[in-house]
Amino acid sequence: MKLKTLILAGIAGATGLSAVAASPALAQGDQFFPMLVYRTGPYAPSGIPVANGFRDYYTLINNRDGGINGVKISFEECETEYNTKLGVECYEKLKNNGSTGASLFNPYSTGITYQLIPKAAVDEVPILSMGYGRTAAADGRVFEWVFNFPTTYWSQASAFINYVAQQEGGFEKLKGMKIAHVHHNSAYGKEANPTLEALAKKFGYKLTLLAVDHPGQEQKATWLQIRRLKPDWVFMSGWGVMNQVAIKEAASINFKMDNFVGNWWSGSDADVIPAGKGAVGYKSATFHGPGAAWQVHKDIVKHVYGGDESKAKANNVGEVLYNRAVVNAMFGVEAIRTAQGKFGNKAMTGKQVRWGLENLNITEARLKDLGMEGFTRAVKVSCIDHETGGPIVIQQWDGAKWSIVSDWIPTLRDVVRPMVETAAANYAAENKITPRTCN
Amino acid sequence: MLYDVLIAPFLDMADSPVFFAEVVIVGLLTGVMYSLVALGFVLIFKASGVFNFAQGVMVLFAALTLVGLMEHGVPTWLALILTVVIMVVLAYGIEWFMLRRLVNQEGIILFMATIGLSFVLQGLGETMWGSNVKALDIGIPDASFEVSGILLNEFDLFAAASGAVLVAVLAVFFHYTRIGRALRAVADDHQAALSVGIPLKTIWVIVWAVAGMVGLVAGIMWGAKSGVQFSLSLIALKALPVLILGGFTSVPGAIVGGLIIGVGEKVAEIYWGPLFGGAIENWFAYVLALVFLLFRPQGLFGERIIERV
Repeated sequence: MKLKTLILAGIAGATGLSAVAASPALAQGDQFFPMLVYRTGPYAPSGIPVANGFRDYYTLINNRDGGINGVKISFEECETEYNTKLGVECYEKLKNNGSTGASLFNPYSTGITYQLIPKAAVDEVPILSMGYGRTAAADGRVFEWVFNFPTTYWSQASAFINYVAQQEGGFEKLKGMKIAHVHHNSAYGKEANPTLEALAKKFGYKLTLLAVDHPGQEQKATWLQIRRLKPDWVFMSGWGVMNQVAIKEAASINFKMDNFVGNWWSGSDADVIPAGKGAVGYKSATFHGPGAAWQVHKDIVKHVYGGDESKAKANNVGEVLYNRAVVNAMFGVEAIRTAQGKFGNKAMTGKQVRWGLENLNITEARLKDLGMEGFTRAVKVSCIDHETGGPIVIQQWDGAKWSIVSDWIPTLRDVVRPMVETAAANYAAENKITPRTCN
Repeated sequence: MLYDVLIAPFLDMADSPVFFAEVVIVGLLTGVMYSLVALGFVLIFKASGVFNFAQGVMVLFAALTLVGLMEHGVPTWLALILTVVIMVVLAYGIEWFMLRRLVNQEGIILFMATIGLSFVLQGLGETMWGSNVKALDIGIPDASFEVSGILLNEFDLFAAASGAVLVAVLAVFFHYTRIGRALRAVADDHQAALSVGIPLKTIWVIVWAVAGMVGLVAGIMWGAKSGVQFSLSLIALKALPVLILGGFTSVPGAIVGGLIIGVGEKVAEIYWGPLFGGAIENWFAYVLALVFLLFRPQGLFGERIIERV
């Protein structure tokens, strides 16, 4: 009996100790970043590199630069399992931590983002849903506290059509062409549909929408339909296991991989590796470079991992979703630096960070200073435009690594922006929000 | 609307009979994959009368262990043997820590215990082998080829053959061996089985070990398609309508139920799915199972339950 008690006490003690060790100390005057992560659950293969990317970039800023203009960064992870309910609980738990409260939230889930949007304005904590969440939030007049730069699902869908037009020899070649959208049957998965439908009317291609239910472990029916339809191009908005299975199924029906393009949540290393050689040639959209050859990665290996490259690799350094988190963390840090330019070099409040986000102007020269020249594109946010409509680039899997295979492809702003403004106006009317004026 | 529901799909089938045949064949092959998962549930239900909530996680645990060993340089054949050994040890552990303390308890108590077990196994698997997705390749060919315009995949055929062999072996095991009869006796009444000298604990270890091995086969087949990751445990959801339809106590029921569900959901998704915006196959499988329940509450092959009051 004593032995059993000792074992149980030991397990409880070890669990408690590890919980403490996992939480970095929150020192007075630090700039606090809450981290909603999913290192467990069905989407953990995507969540782990994202969490590691944020953690490493914040650590890099502390170790290499001594913080943001001397203000040290503190951060705390909260496990959401990609579950909306847990995500909201994490938000409530972390929003008041740190000397000035949470700087900003990166929910990393469209479902969680939707739930946090009304809360953000009340709690005065900005949300940066970089490349996900509610696309209409691009209209800063209605969504004062939400940012989704550098680009959105709608812009991405329009850039995909632009890419197809480039590959086929012009927009006029789209007429009569067959394009299928294989999408996760969720709010996220359906985000691109209105844009693809609007562009189908404009350019005359035939669009087929094929929904795949969560989690997407079994997709034979979807790919039988693709086999029958014989589309010229397939665009995919998938997530988690849906991506791996879709790529495998596409290969098994001998679909031409060159014409199969995933969105930026359907193009990580975890998506292609399980499909083996069948994934060779598969493409996906992205808005940053792949791999670990960029200067910022060299800095991370040096200042975060003490030069230990194998340890860095084991922590996902250079993987697609890791790199995305590095870009995302950089945006947050630079927004605080921007805010400090106005409010002084101290820890910023959520309200001040919001100002920093809205006045963020990351030039190519600044990207070079940050070790990210060519890694991602310059961004200039404004009161009216929280998205910036940034371009995308296409990467392709060669069986061992992702490589960029296109130039930066502009989004079709003339189509997307009016749709954004209409959606935002509808949201404002439904929620009795008076849009602010942007000068 | 009535035309779209009642006429158009059938005209479509008649218009493209080769494609319809392909849909049915793919449905049958997919159904076998569902049966592989359902079998694990049936085995444990037969021996203990409990619905094993942890079966999906056992599939994940077995596949994680196999791929984890292979990643550490263990040859595939040895990794397979070691995984089987680990699943047997796990069965001993489950009997020792959980089942023997719950003899003759209500079914709901055992069910709750399996919920706890699923959390323990999930945590244990992720602690041992990590949460990253792992590619699983044990050399099963997966090339596609056409026969009379119907596209078939070698991997799907291999999986179907494996499932068929497994079902045949288990059916023989349950019906024609002493252990099989003892398993059925234990399922009927723990106390009565004990009173006639059936070693309850040994029977439980055997059945959980066999369920673990069936889980390993299911894990290999599903894991090779999607990579081995947490979501593998969610395929248990695909087995539920199969069980409802085939019956919780019938091995042949699991395979026939799987085939009906497999074909039914594929035909429904392709010919009626567009009317509902697509993605109807998951819920359609449950609707199909419920329709069967209206006529045979015990499932197609389930034992009829008669309780005297």
